[in-house]
Amino acid sequence: MSVAFHERIQYALLDERLQKALYSATGRLRDKRLSGVGADQLPDYQELRTQAHRIKQHTLENLDHYLELLAQRVEERGGRVVWCRDAGEVQSFIGDLARDRGVRLAVKSKSMTSEEVNLNEALERYGVEAVETDLGEFIIQLAGERPYHIVAPAMHKTRQQVADLFEAKLGVGREEEIPRQTMIARAVLRKKFLEAGMGISGANFLIADSGAVVIVENEGNARLTTSSPRIHVAVAGIEKVIPRAADLAVFLQLLGRSATGQTLTSYTSFLSGPRRPGEMDGPEEFYVVLLDNGRTRILADRDKRQTLYCIRCGACLNICPVYRRIGGYSYPGTYSGPIGAILTPQVLGLGHEPELPFASSLCGACAEVCPVKIDIPKILLELRSEVKKTEARERRWNAEKLGYLLWAWVMRHPRLFELAGMAAQALLPSGGDGRWIRSLPGPLRAWTAARDFPPPPAESFRRMWRARQRSG
Amino acid sequence: MPAREHILHKIRTAVGRSSGQPPAEIPPVRLRFEALDISERVRRLAERFSGQVVHGDAREQVARLVSGKRAVACPHPLLERLGILTLPEVETLGGSVGQIRAACAAADIGITSAEYGLCDTGALVVLAGREESRLASLLPVVHVTVLPADRILTGLDELFTVLPDPGAVSASMVLIGGPSRTADIEQILTLGVHGPRELHLVLV
Repeated sequence: MSVAFHERIQYALLDERLQKALYSATGRLRDKRLSGVGADQLPDYQELRTQAHRIKQHTLENLDHYLELLAQRVEERGGRVVWCRDAGEVQSFIGDLARDRGVRLAVKSKSMTSEEVNLNEALERYGVEAVETDLGEFIIQLAGERPYHIVAPAMHKTRQQVADLFEAKLGVGREEEIPRQTMIARAVLRKKFLEAGMGISGANFLIADSGAVVIVENEGNARLTTSSPRIHVAVAGIEKVIPRAADLAVFLQLLGRSATGQTLTSYTSFLSGPRRPGEMDGPEEFYVVLLDNGRTRILADRDKRQTLYCIRCGACLNICPVYRRIGGYSYPGTYSGPIGAILTPQVLGLGHEPELPFASSLCGACAEVCPVKIDIPKILLELRSEVKKTEARERRWNAEKLGYLLWAWVMRHPRLFELAGMAAQALLPSGGDGRWIRSLPGPLRAWTAARDFPPPPAESFRRMWRARQRSG
Repeated sequence: MPAREHILHKIRTAVGRSSGQPPAEIPPVRLRFEALDISERVRRLAERFSGQVVHGDAREQVARLVSGKRAVACPHPLLERLGILTLPEVETLGGSVGQIRAACAAADIGITSAEYGLCDTGALVVLAGREESRLASLLPVVHVTVLPADRILTGLDELFTVLPDPGAVSASMVLIGGPSRTADIEQILTLGVHGPRELHLVLV
């Protein structure tokens, strides 16, 4: 395990306050989801999952067709589609547009894709202030951090920490009451909404046949971002497209329930193009920025393509026994939890953090709660196999690999196996009363650093068998 | 190669398609809804709506809600017909985008119509247009909506049956499922974080 990854995990595990907060917050979201998808609430749940999976599969298998249709419809409705191969192209398109239109202030609504391309830092270089307006994102922007959780970005912050931040960064008096803190944010951000020349949003879905951007939210900040400023730019990965508006009837029933247990969130915006002639308000300019950034590489891999089905509900994070302990900042990259563990290695390359696919118990809970039925454990296994193949190709040796080679050799020789068994019985510290061994001696200690070892049996199978033959 | 062609080329190589090739057969649309009579629709919408539902004379009800506060209303024919636009405390929205934005930002109450109501979720469907503003349902702390009872649909499935392409009728459709809310600090629910804290539905 790389030192940084290992240290980040230790850091999270040793923080008792964080452990409690993380466990209870994810637990609450998990329970809300569970009641939201219960048979009394949503009898068609399994059927909807299957349909959602099929639509995603179909769309990605015909992705070029649906993206071209989307682009055509967006343009028919007065908007523009901008195709970007990587983060740099997104940064320079939005930066140049802002400079060209004289925009000094941009408001942003929650977008994991814009996090992925480090848009805020890039805009700063263009002299544009980019303000996050989702309350959680606003808090972590003030703190200079990155989202802790896909749907609850400031999950790890307490009201006291928020009070410290607001006092230090906003120049307001200390306030620890959550409703009052929320009203402080409302007042600060309301001013920004009314002054901003550009609104930058993400997209939960892109609708090919309507040329529309669909945004799902509770706060109303995405509505303000897309309604008040003169320019609206939506940034989305190419995998966000679905064929028809009617497919939303499937996805919207799954998304809110899987994320927060809500049958429908407070606001679902369906935006196709800029303000039309005569319409009372809305942006004058409308851009849809389509981002590849490694997604076509994932698409080319038939086995792992389903990684792109993800609708970012966060349900796999809340159920994952690993995420619930190590938290969002232990993961490398923008996306955390089980989905991050399969997405990050495919976007950044396996070499970025080779241990990531191994940081899972493969319990399968993530696949069970995934609203679009992504087989995350299967993809983790694929990635593990790729890491090991790379190690073999590069003839990299480590103690674990030598151990397994030795094990394989011993297993092929019955006499040796028996001797090894006897040696283990003699040498291993007995846990006593069949209890598991908590620490192995010598170089084997590394194995038991994070797990226990089963005690050797009092009598080997071979010995029992021989005794049985003799007496029979 | 320009980015568009480059990305499309990579996609086609990845999935084994050629340019202009028609897509494979698409899974059929899944839209199901039950037939419900109007009184049942009204009952269910009222039960699930996240705010106050008021019946009776619309003008009187709105006057009661508005009393003493600054209200703005969209110039919608329904609101006009009901006499809401002539209430003394109600300013009818109009003018430039900037004027409309400023009026909504200064108001305590925003009055709009809704195109539909959805009885499975209690949501309202608002379409922006010449007579309907996006900001009137967003900037004021209180949002009052007027909805004709015969425009209540069973849910999303019926909505996309009657409106298969919302983009054909408006640049902006919004489903309003409740007040503006957040639980981003310690998962404590707080209303009115950016938009309205309070919703009122006047059924006519």
